[in-house]
Amino acid sequence: MTTVATSPPVTAGGPRKGGRVKRWVVPGVLIAVTITWLVPTLGLFITSFKSRAASSQYGWWQVWQGGWTLDNYNEVLFSPSLPPPGFADNFINTIIITIPATILPIAIAAVAAYAFAWLDFPFRNWIFLGVIALLVVPLQVTWVPVLKIFNTLNLTGTFPGIWLAHTGYGLAFAIFLLRNFMADIPNDLIESARIDGAGNVKIFTRIVLPLSLPAIAALAIFQFVWVWNDLMNALIFLQTPDKFPLTVGIRNLLGQYGNEWNLLSAGAFLSMIVPLIVFFALQRYFVRGLTSGAVKG
Amino acid sequence: MRWRPWLWLAPALILLAVFLVWPVIRTIWISFHSGSIINPTREFVGLENYQELFTNDPAFIKYDLPPWSALFNSALWVGLFTLGVIAFGLLVGVLADKVKYEKTAKAIVFLPLVVSFTAASVVFRLVYSTDPNIGLINAMLGLIGFGPVAFLGEPNLVNFAIIGAGIWVWTALSMTILAASYKALPEETHEAAAVDGASEWQVFWRVSLPQMKGPIIVVAVTMIINALKAVDLVLIMTTGGPGFSSRIVGFTVYWEIFNNNAAGYGSAVAVVLLVMMAPLMWWQMRQIRAAEAR
Repeated sequence: MTTVATSPPVTAGGPRKGGRVKRWVVPGVLIAVTITWLVPTLGLFITSFKSRAASSQYGWWQVWQGGWTLDNYNEVLFSPSLPPPGFADNFINTIIITIPATILPIAIAAVAAYAFAWLDFPFRNWIFLGVIALLVVPLQVTWVPVLKIFNTLNLTGTFPGIWLAHTGYGLAFAIFLLRNFMADIPNDLIESARIDGAGNVKIFTRIVLPLSLPAIAALAIFQFVWVWNDLMNALIFLQTPDKFPLTVGIRNLLGQYGNEWNLLSAGAFLSMIVPLIVFFALQRYFVRGLTSGAVKG
Repeated sequence: MRWRPWLWLAPALILLAVFLVWPVIRTIWISFHSGSIINPTREFVGLENYQELFTNDPAFIKYDLPPWSALFNSALWVGLFTLGVIAFGLLVGVLADKVKYEKTAKAIVFLPLVVSFTAASVVFRLVYSTDPNIGLINAMLGLIGFGPVAFLGEPNLVNFAIIGAGIWVWTALSMTILAASYKALPEETHEAAAVDGASEWQVFWRVSLPQMKGPIIVVAVTMIINALKAVDLVLIMTTGGPGFSSRIVGFTVYWEIFNNNAAGYGSAVAVVLLVMMAPLMWWQMRQIRAAEAR
């Protein structure tokens, strides 16, 4: 990092100028950018409460024209005219997929991370470096062989199959994050437990795991949102329509109702609700998790 | 007891081997074949897939103008998307530090990151719609007598339009990391510079920014990786169209394998993608090892 001394000298610009200009430039630019970021979602949100007629007749920004309705949500969730299995089932599938696919990788990664942080075995650092290398592997490179394995084991189109896929793909990051966190636990704590005769299982469950809860919480949020939002793995490994999650449901809606924006936006908004709740409820963990990784690296 | 640690590692290492290590090796082997998803190694063709890819596939690399093809578009993504994400991340991350509604502004910019690419694609198909009663941009252009412009239907615009959506999604991450690094800068630097009579802009440009070099590079590498891997936005917004003008390398792998059922050819594209990632992989490993040594 550049220190103060080595940074380029600052040229004196005379008395500070533009005080009045500056006073509105900062909020002006910031508010403009923030509004630009908000407007697309706002448009989706408002459109989802407009009738078919109103959404094609008025722009969503004419907020009060054409009235409001909840029909779109009703139609998207329960209409029999939609391609099966229907959006309500997509919603349930997403939940069925997401919960095990969040718990499994974290549980397996926590055990491995403990070994990387506190157990001694040959090539420990090299294997960990290998795990880090896997962080960057694009999933595209794995699709065909994994699908082939799944076909052989009859895992294609099953929930256990997609749970396993998300576990395999999520592990590298989970091990990396948890191992770094666990390695920072004071050595004295572990050593004194060892002297007291505690075995690794006891040290892991009684000391390391409870102390790692903040990291596990951050990781759980990431993995949850990641799996909830996943489209590609569902498309590739699920293949059976009655097991498709929300993301694939939206894609099918686009195919069938490409121009019915009232329905499309209701569907898209339904898929966003849970991640949004998670974000607003757990914002602090989310942000802390993001920055801890960067500050360390 | 020497084998005990392996018991802890076994589940994770087996899964990593099955889902990442072995498939990468296998995909490289498949890329020398011609075959379908069901039978990827039907016929050994040597380097033919690669030869076809680089000499005879204008959807992958086009040697005449306009240049819109997967490899060129990926390069455009790497440049424009990365730059955009860093610029807006810095802008919001730094400016928000100076106002009272910091948390609200940041929460709004953060929002798109928790939304799926699929939903984001719907959001931007709405924004870019040519119907002036649906698409806000065309409605505004209409007010000044322009348009409508088919942002997603015009080969010369479509890549920029999708990159715009990508920036909208990923600025959150860059903002979060860069804001944290800005706040962590030593207070004295700003004060010392301000006493010298430098304007705020000069202080930022010459004092703060150089000190944020590390985190900016971290964000840049992360975004280049994201740009190269991207599939969903292109798949849902345009499926690579019009024609093949908005294809990118990450999308092409999916399209060749699953839409064209060309597992060998698609695997060759995947290997090209892996090669493009290699320098980033090397950089990240070096970076993390250096952090460990500290």
